[in-house]
Amino acid sequence: MRSTSSVMGFVLVMTTVVSLLLAFLQNGLKSRHDANEALYSKKATLGAIADHLGLDYTKISDQQVEDIFANKIKQFVVKQDGNLVSKEDVAALGYKDGVATSVDMAKEHKKGDDKMLPLYVYTKDDGKKYYILYARGKGLWDEIWGCVALEDDFNTIAGVSFDHKAETPGLGAEIKDNKAWVKQFTGKKIYDGTTFKAVNVRKGGAKDPVYEVDGISGATITGDGVTAMLEDYLVDYEPYLKTLK
Amino acid sequence: MADVAVVEPKKEAIKFGKKERALLTDPLDDNNPITVQVLGICSALAVTTGMKNAAVMAVAVVFVCLFANVITSALRKSIPKQVRMIVQLVIIATLVTVVELVLKAYAFESYKQLSVFIGLIITNCIVMGRLEAFAMGNRPYESALDGLGNGIGYGIILLIVAFFREFFGKGEIFGVKIIGAAPEYMINTLESTWFGWYAGNNLMVLFPSAMFVIAVLIWAHRAWNPKLVDIS
Repeated sequence: MRSTSSVMGFVLVMTTVVSLLLAFLQNGLKSRHDANEALYSKKATLGAIADHLGLDYTKISDQQVEDIFANKIKQFVVKQDGNLVSKEDVAALGYKDGVATSVDMAKEHKKGDDKMLPLYVYTKDDGKKYYILYARGKGLWDEIWGCVALEDDFNTIAGVSFDHKAETPGLGAEIKDNKAWVKQFTGKKIYDGTTFKAVNVRKGGAKDPVYEVDGISGATITGDGVTAMLEDYLVDYEPYLKTLK
Repeated sequence: MADVAVVEPKKEAIKFGKKERALLTDPLDDNNPITVQVLGICSALAVTTGMKNAAVMAVAVVFVCLFANVITSALRKSIPKQVRMIVQLVIIATLVTVVELVLKAYAFESYKQLSVFIGLIITNCIVMGRLEAFAMGNRPYESALDGLGNGIGYGIILLIVAFFREFFGKGEIFGVKIIGAAPEYMINTLESTWFGWYAGNNLMVLFPSAMFVIAVLIWAHRAWNPKLVDIS
């Protein structure tokens, strides 16, 4: 048996060595981590217009993602009051280059009505425009978020992509993994005339062919979260999109 | 001949004899961590939907198993007995964090897909079991062989299970289409006729199928290796 002080000494030295090692590693790899995260979220954004990219989205390369973002997508940052936020103002908040892709939505989400909203406008080769909006909310365990692409009538959904932090695989995580479920959103509308309706994820199956999609069995709360975040966010873009009409 | 120095092999010399080979090969067959000891089942169920993920996981476990064994063994005389489990855990957790950070930097897709399961290597009973049962009482060299053997023994089973699940579930191997519905870009080409006759069995993609596959593997393993059959 070793004395208590020698045990304490061993533990102290061990923890110091380990924490220093991990800290150095974390710092050294940070730039690569950030680059990967940024690319991943760009790719997720493109997921909303996967059907309109003119290439196989499941096999898209990193370079293709960067090319599309550089050549075919214009990005803006808007506010709920319908005003564009200038690059300088966005950069002043600490977001790199003041572009929409670098806006940290987890942080903005907490600001409530004062948040900044990223908007991506994708121009297809034939000149048709798609508007990709962002939404964020709560699932069952943690945050969920996603992108909704609207056609140029600002009403019809051209595609969506969702992601989540910690939903249950096979149940809540289906909002990301189940491509057939995600596909249901395509063609749905978010306005009835001029009244905002969003899209409702309905437990027990969609009753309305235009404004509802089927829920996922065993993932009612995650589904409700999707409904809530779409209701929350899509309407925020309305004032700005109106100026484009 | 008196001036020729005869070097007696040291008692602790590093050699690769029968005993050492057994350390490496036993976990592959007679003492396989999954099919014989039935350890590490949790991750064997979870990450075997595709061979790519299984391969990444196997490499990660081999790495953690090998280095955790070597480090623990090197420190075995200075690790205080009272806190040895905690020290082992810290060693494993550190290595797993290193794996996680490296994957996040260089294999981001796999990192996203494996997500929580990389962290769960910490609780993989194979690693902890080898540290406590072997590395605490043996030299680093033998411990390295033991860690390598157990990691590979785990990895092989993982890859076999993943092969059956991916092949029959999605008709793919390492993400390359082998059988099943033709991918969209091939429709109306000559190649598309090679595929169409098989529809992917969705059950194989879901977790329960891993249990069936592992159970059949255990059965097959025992039928093939009579040493494992317990006649009592």
